[in-house]
Formats: sequence, C-alpha cells, structure tokens
Amino acid sequence: MGSIHLVVPQKEEPPALHERAMDNLKYIRETMERATAFTGISGWGQVAIGFTALVSASISAQQKTFKAWLAVWMAEALIALLIAGWSIDRKARAAKMPLLSGPGRKVAFSLSPPIFAGAIVTIVLYRAGLTNEIPGLWLLLYGTGVVTGGMFSVSVVPIMGLCFMALGAVAFFAPAEYANWLMAAGFGGLHIVFGVIIARRYGG
Amino acid sequence: MARQSALKDSTQKKSATTLRDVGDAKAKHLAPNLDRLIHERMRLGIVSALAANESLTFNDLKSLMNTTDGNLSVHARKLEDGGYIACTKSFEGRLPKTEYKLTLAGRRALENYLSHMETLIHQMRNS
Repeated sequence: MGSIHLVVPQKEEPPALHERAMDNLKYIRETMERATAFTGISGWGQVAIGFTALVSASISAQQKTFKAWLAVWMAEALIALLIAGWSIDRKARAAKMPLLSGPGRKVAFSLSPPIFAGAIVTIVLYRAGLTNEIPGLWLLLYGTGVVTGGMFSVSVVPIMGLCFMALGAVAFFAPAEYANWLMAAGFGGLHIVFGVIIARRYGG
Repeated sequence: MARQSALKDSTQKKSATTLRDVGDAKAKHLAPNLDRLIHERMRLGIVSALAANESLTFNDLKSLMNTTDGNLSVHARKLEDGGYIACTKSFEGRLPKTEYKLTLAGRRALENYLSHMETLIHQMRNS
C-alpha cells in the first residue's frame, strides 16, 4: 500500500511594492499615450490641408495634360504630409508626448499601407492608360487609411474616412470631368468640415 | 544529490525573499503616504487620460477606459469630490454633454503619485 502525502498548495507571493510601482508607472504612460492618440489628430492641421487642396484643385483644373494634373496633386500630397506631420507633432508636444510615442506611430502605421498601395496602383493605371480611375482610387484608399487609423481616435475620424470612401466610389462611376471636383470636395471640403469639428471639440 | 539540490534551491529562494523583504521594508514606510484617491486603477486612468488632454467628455473617457457608464460615473464623482477633476454639464443641440477637466490639485496629485512610485523603485534598486 502506498504512503499518503499531504499536498500543500504553494502560495503565490504577492508582487513586491516596487513591482507594483513599475506596473503603475507603465499603466499611467500607456493611458496617456492612448489618450493622446485619441485626440492626437490636429483639427486645424486638417483645415489647413483642406485649403491647400482647394487651391491645388483650382490649379489642376487648368492643366491641359494629365501629367501636369498629376504633378499638381503630387505636390499637394507632399504639402499635406508636411502640414499633417507638423500639426500632429505640435499637438503631441502640447500634451507633452513625443510624436512617435503613440499618435504619430499609430497614424503612420495605419495610413502608410493604403498610401503605398495607392502609389503602386497609380503607376499601374497610368501605364495601362486608365488615368480616369486614379481620383476614385486615391479617395477610396485615403478613406480606408483614415478609417483604420481612426479606430484609435475619436468617432468623427472614421466617419470622415467613410465619407472619403463614399466619394471615391462615386468618382469611379461619375463622368471623368467631375473627378477633379470630387477631389476638391474630398481633400478640400471634407478636411475643412471635419477639421473644424475636431478642432472645436478636441482642443485644436 | 537531489536532496542537496533541493536544499540549495530552498536557500537561494530564502535569501532572495529576504533581500526582497529588506527592499519592501524600506519601501513600505512610503506606502501609507500613497494618495489612495488616485491609487485605484480606474481613477488613476481617468486622471492620466485627462493629464494628456485639455478636456474629455464622459463618452470619450468611457471609450478610452473601456468601462460602463455606472463604473465611470462612480469613480469620476469620487475624483470630483476630492477636487481632482472638474465637471461641466452643457447641451450640444438637444443632447446633454458632460465634460471633465483636470484641476491644478489633480495635476499636482498625479505628479506626486509619479514621484512616489519613482522613489519606491529607486529605494528597491539601491537596497
């Protein structure tokens, strides 16, 4: 007959005070990062992007060739990128959070894949001679990036992304002469309207 | 052989526990000074989120803290009673809007809490 052993369950030691302190500091940092990302998108930055897009739309409408039209919007994309980076950085600094700690990183990771895809497909469509499809593609993919990036942010941001996607869908089926004005309505109008809403509700 | 190894393990465990106890004993005298109002997780989260924003609405905080209306309002009320956050109620169109801001006392409490945590960690490292 085998002997009977009393099995005493080993007690788990409670975490030491310094471990709890480190855990609390980590929690504070993560919450602050999440909260900054939540309202990290700069409304006034978007308004500025909207106005430059309207100017670009009026300049591009006067271009005679597709190449010139494309060059105007490429320049606009670069200007918009600089304004967005500067304005998000400014808002993150005001909240004493480094740009790449939370908001900048999340926006960059969510926006860059659809923008990269857009750049590649633009080249493909250009080479195939399907240039009329490019405005719809840009609006649709930019909207996709804003929706995904906006999931970390206030609810108006993904709504703005959905509006871009809807405009993109319209641009695919609308006559080619409306394409430039749909770009103006999206990159100009939507940025200004939603930028004002974000700036008024979420501190700039 | 196995017994020797078990004895060695037990001695190592004991000395580790003793070292930890020394650190904890040093740190424990700081524990009673902890600000209990923001030591609680949800309240610490609310104060931290408000420290990173000028103001946040009730719904923003609820979504950020991933909590229920009831839980958030209980903790927010405690912080409000303690003077750490200020609450303003208004209407946006026909919808009621509750907005929270961190007060100066709340910001100082968070700063004190942070330095308290850092002191605890330093004391443990130096022991």
